Amino acid sequence: MKGKPLVSIVSAGLSKFGKLEGLYAREIFAEAAKEAFDRCPNLNPKKDIQALFIGHMGESYEHQGHTGATMAEWAGLLHVPATRTEAACASSGAALRAAIYAVLSGLADVVMVGGVEKMTHRSTAEVTEYLAMASDYPFEQWHGITFPGLYALMATAHMHKYGTTEKQLAAVAVKNHYHGSLNPKAHMQKEITPENALSSRVIAWPLKLYDCSLITDGASCLILTKPELAKKYTDTPVHIIGSGQASDTIGLYERESFTSLAAARLAAKKAYEMADVKPENIDVAEVHDCFTIAEIIAYEDLGFCKPGGGGQLAEKGETKLGGRIPVNTSGGLKAKGHPVGATGTGQAYEIFLQLTRQADKRQVKNAEIGLTHNVGGSGATATVHIYRRG
Amino acid sequence: MAEQIQAFTIEQFYKHLLQGKLMGAKCRKCGKVHLPPRPLCDSCFSKDFEWIELSPKGKLLTYTVIHVAPSQFQGMAPYAVGIVQLENGVKIPGMIRASPEHIKIGMPLTMDFGTCAATQQWPQWPRYFFKPA
Ligand SMILES: [Zn+2]
Repeated sequence: MKGKPLVSIVSAGLSKFGKLEGLYAREIFAEAAKEAFDRCPNLNPKKDIQALFIGHMGESYEHQGHTGATMAEWAGLLHVPATRTEAACASSGAALRAAIYAVLSGLADVVMVGGVEKMTHRSTAEVTEYLAMASDYPFEQWHGITFPGLYALMATAHMHKYGTTEKQLAAVAVKNHYHGSLNPKAHMQKEITPENALSSRVIAWPLKLYDCSLITDGASCLILTKPELAKKYTDTPVHIIGSGQASDTIGLYERESFTSLAAARLAAKKAYEMADVKPENIDVAEVHDCFTIAEIIAYEDLGFCKPGGGGQLAEKGETKLGGRIPVNTSGGLKAKGHPVGATGTGQAYEIFLQLTRQADKRQVKNAEIGLTHNVGGSGATATVHIYRRG
Repeated sequence: MAEQIQAFTIEQFYKHLLQGKLMGAKCRKCGKVHLPPRPLCDSCFSKDFEWIELSPKGKLLTYTVIHVAPSQFQGMAPYAVGIVQLENGVKIPGMIRASPEHIKIGMPLTMDFGTCAATQQWPQWPRYFFKPA
């Protein structure tokens, strides 16, 4: 299996990310599906698509469960087997894994995989409460620990162990806002200064408002098929050549380390081995920057630098467009936005654009190999996927 | 009255707290101490446990100060929470009652159950907190 395509992405779609007032999740998903269908004229959705996997985190937002069937219906795929996966913020990363299982098993030749979340109609207090459901209830939520609080616990530990600074955290925010300013679908399309970030209000010390990703509405999707069928649908497929997923304790407190995510390291190891590539071969990556500290830890867990070197990597601009390894060219969860269920396949959408040379102003020159890193909760789920231009 | 066998559950952990006791579950087969207790040992798959009382003393591994809180905690914000490693090595998170400028990683803390107040809704559990030792 080493280095061989597991499945091929032949099309992809992304709704506008942002505050999409007056829309239901199903309507937003239909927008993403429409783009994927339009992008692939050789695809006959009703005839060709044999399964739908959809990442969705919370019923609470819209008081609506049963997301698989709902999204299938509203994407015009009535009667396809439709399954929703939930793994908190890694819900559609996990859906992508499930879709790969489906294609590799031979049960389905062409599948749609995506994710959706509608969040902005709820108050910040409500969203804070719903997001916290991704953490341990009886020992974390029960004692008032919020989701930003969990990442703040990691940030404090990282600063104490490695000397990571608030300025380095701010560098991640500034970079991702710059990238977001180049992405017409991003929630926030304006640049910020380090001073903006450092002087923003404290959410969970040392994390401030600009260290946190955005509460956003949005949907994303991909069309996957067997590598041998890919050319039937497009001349420029993107192959998935590595896939890793791992889990960890639901409570952050039970883990050996608070400065690294074991699930992410394990998922990355699997994906790298399967793809037969090394961290230095990655040309462009979308990583799970739910908080700025999470992006710094991601650099380290993915082997882009040594443990403890993440803060410097960001500060030196090595992960900015034009740098050694551009990370989150879409703007990331920080500026593109984080509609939790849509994030995993939304990251894959950006890599699809990059490797098919459709990323416009944020195009990474000659990008051949890309990576996505999607984390659920405080790291109890992680998925890593590696892509190659077909 | 014959003493009932208390299930090795999270609920029972909190019931012990109401009596001012910090109790863990020790696996009789492999010796691992579980906090919280659990019905299946994740090391050796045994279901044979005994309750042991743990020292409430420990040291602070990491902390944060929460400013934006869920609705039921908004009245208390900003408040500090941290992860504490107890003397026997197990880790447990909780609120720290100390002013943030006095909180340092590595500081000794002790668990207090003094003002445990159960809520009206599920779950009927008290809360513990940490204070400087
Ligand atoms: Zn055992």
